[in-house]
Amino acid sequence: MAAVRTGSEIALNRFAVVIVLIVTLIFLAPIYWITSTAFKPRNLATTIPPTVVFEPEISPFVKLFTKRAQLRSAPTPEEYAAAPWWERLVFDGGEKVVRSGKGEVQLSGYPSRFMNSLIVAITSTVLAVGMGTFTAYGFSRFKVKGEQDLLFFILSTRMLPPVVVAIPMFLMYRAVGLNDTHWGLIILYTAFNLSFSVWLMKGFIDEIPKEYEEAALVDGYTRMEAFFKIVLPEAATGIAATAVFCFITAWNEYAFALIMTNRRAQTAPPFIPSQVGSGLPDWTVIAAGTFLFLLPVAIFTFLLRNHLLRGMSFGAIRK
Amino acid sequence: MAHIQLKNITKKFGAHTALKGLDLEIQDGEFFVLLGQTGAGKTTTLRLISGLETPTEGDILIDGVDVGPWGAAERDVALVLQQYSLYPRYTVRENLEFPLKAKIRRLERAEIDERVNRVAKTLRIEHLLDRKTDRLSGGEMQRVSIGRAIVRKPRVFLMDEPLSALDAKLREALRTELKNLQVNLGATFLFVTHDQIEAMSMGDKIGVLNEGHLVQVGTPNEIYNNPLNTFVARSVGSPPMNLIEGELRSGKAVMTQKNFELPFTGATGTSAAEGDRPLVFGIRPEDLHLEAGAPVEAKVHDVENHGVEKILTLRVGDIMLRATVPARTDVALEDAVRFAWNPNKVVLFDRASGVSLRHAG
Repeated sequence: MAAVRTGSEIALNRFAVVIVLIVTLIFLAPIYWITSTAFKPRNLATTIPPTVVFEPEISPFVKLFTKRAQLRSAPTPEEYAAAPWWERLVFDGGEKVVRSGKGEVQLSGYPSRFMNSLIVAITSTVLAVGMGTFTAYGFSRFKVKGEQDLLFFILSTRMLPPVVVAIPMFLMYRAVGLNDTHWGLIILYTAFNLSFSVWLMKGFIDEIPKEYEEAALVDGYTRMEAFFKIVLPEAATGIAATAVFCFITAWNEYAFALIMTNRRAQTAPPFIPSQVGSGLPDWTVIAAGTFLFLLPVAIFTFLLRNHLLRGMSFGAIRK
Repeated sequence: MAHIQLKNITKKFGAHTALKGLDLEIQDGEFFVLLGQTGAGKTTTLRLISGLETPTEGDILIDGVDVGPWGAAERDVALVLQQYSLYPRYTVRENLEFPLKAKIRRLERAEIDERVNRVAKTLRIEHLLDRKTDRLSGGEMQRVSIGRAIVRKPRVFLMDEPLSALDAKLREALRTELKNLQVNLGATFLFVTHDQIEAMSMGDKIGVLNEGHLVQVGTPNEIYNNPLNTFVARSVGSPPMNLIEGELRSGKAVMTQKNFELPFTGATGTSAAEGDRPLVFGIRPEDLHLEAGAPVEAKVHDVENHGVEKILTLRVGDIMLRATVPARTDVALEDAVRFAWNPNKVVLFDRASGVSLRHAG
């Protein structure tokens, strides 16, 4: 009789759909704004009211990746004709691409910052999730003296706003030479994510009946083998969810990256806004940088969506 | 196959003592059933033998060798549990192969296949081999997990209530199957259960466990006919043994509470039984019979018809007695009947200690 629905139920359902639509629009608006600005001609980027219909351009991305300088004078027709298509886009914006003495195109700071972000975020995520999983397994399966206190201690590292310790951390990092290094940020983000990872993974591993591993132990496997063969596949969902959260945290982190790095190891978040200040702000270039910066998180989350959604339904468990 | 010996085993979990000074011996090729209620220490005993727990005190010997320092993998025992018994995500075949693929065994691929196929045939699960374990019924799951134990040819099988989660009919079928399997393999089984019917029907020997103590070990017959104390008497038999408080006076059992008497001619096992010593008389329901002119009158309180027989609850004052009588016995509720007992079958227990006088000596 489920097919029969009363009028009030239908009305309620429609109301819910409307609410969901509105909320979705609110959340999607900034993403639309960034994406559309990334493809706008510069003169349309800051119009009031905003331009919605325009011919998309690729020039913000060209500018994003190249080092540019203001044109003192317009390029000669020969120069213009000799330039590749992307260089003409820069000329059109009243700028020129900076070349080295040998004529090689100089890249902007963005590609290396982006790589730094990838290196730091991926490494710290792997470390935090890996160490977190092992630690959580230990807490979950063995009697640990003072388990509750230790777990609380691990959690307590998240009780201060991280920025509070930024200055002492900066001084310590400078003393040991970790300033402006990849490892400096990796250690920082790993430590920051570890407490989160341990707590989340403990919840997931607690859900896996220990009978499975015990069966494997009796069947002739070592605890390590049982962990890798039985526990890890069962915990895949939890590992995926934890990894997404850790990655997003490390990827988005701004304050420490701003303080601890300036060139070699600088990540994208402090770099992108720094471009606002150099010369006239070109919002299309900033939007293009932000747009590309969004992609890895979107792709990562998309790839793991099944794990994130599936929840905790384990194969053959019958409770 | 193996001979198992537990010597003076004590196991404590924090302040809780699960087992106290347990001595247990299981002969090679024996089907040993450990019977006890939840919390009696049955599962702890299994886990100690399997190496998943270490005893607080005492030694465990397999074939005369102290296996105390050995891990679970080295002890070469197989464990079948009530639930969570199969590896999820794996197919039935992968589950059966899993123990054989362990590094300590180093088996050839051909040998693995051969063993898996033979076990699948024995247990009639060949058609399930490529199925995922979450697509099996409860009975099929337990068959597979028994298969995973057999495929290894372990020294001893440890079974922790493997049939308890199954429905009655399946349980009965698997009971027979498991017993046949044990006989055919000639394997040593330690089977843990709270179900006295399983214990009686499958065990070569039964050990009755209560609160971490092993109360009595014996064949099902010994346990049934000659329980060591009132606890064992109550644990085994369906319905359980009738226990009536009374005293023995010049060849008569006098039930002090309600002042009825029954002739007693059986051996008491001790001369100290006569007189005012407070006793408990134990009599199996099948050893009570209805008879015109029998010494005691009772009212029929309840009738359970089991087809082959009827189980009557008789009321004498406020004492309730169960009697198993032939199905043709024609009685109605609140009928007045007269009953007697088979005096040779009466077991005398000391009322204070609960211990049978035959055992106390």
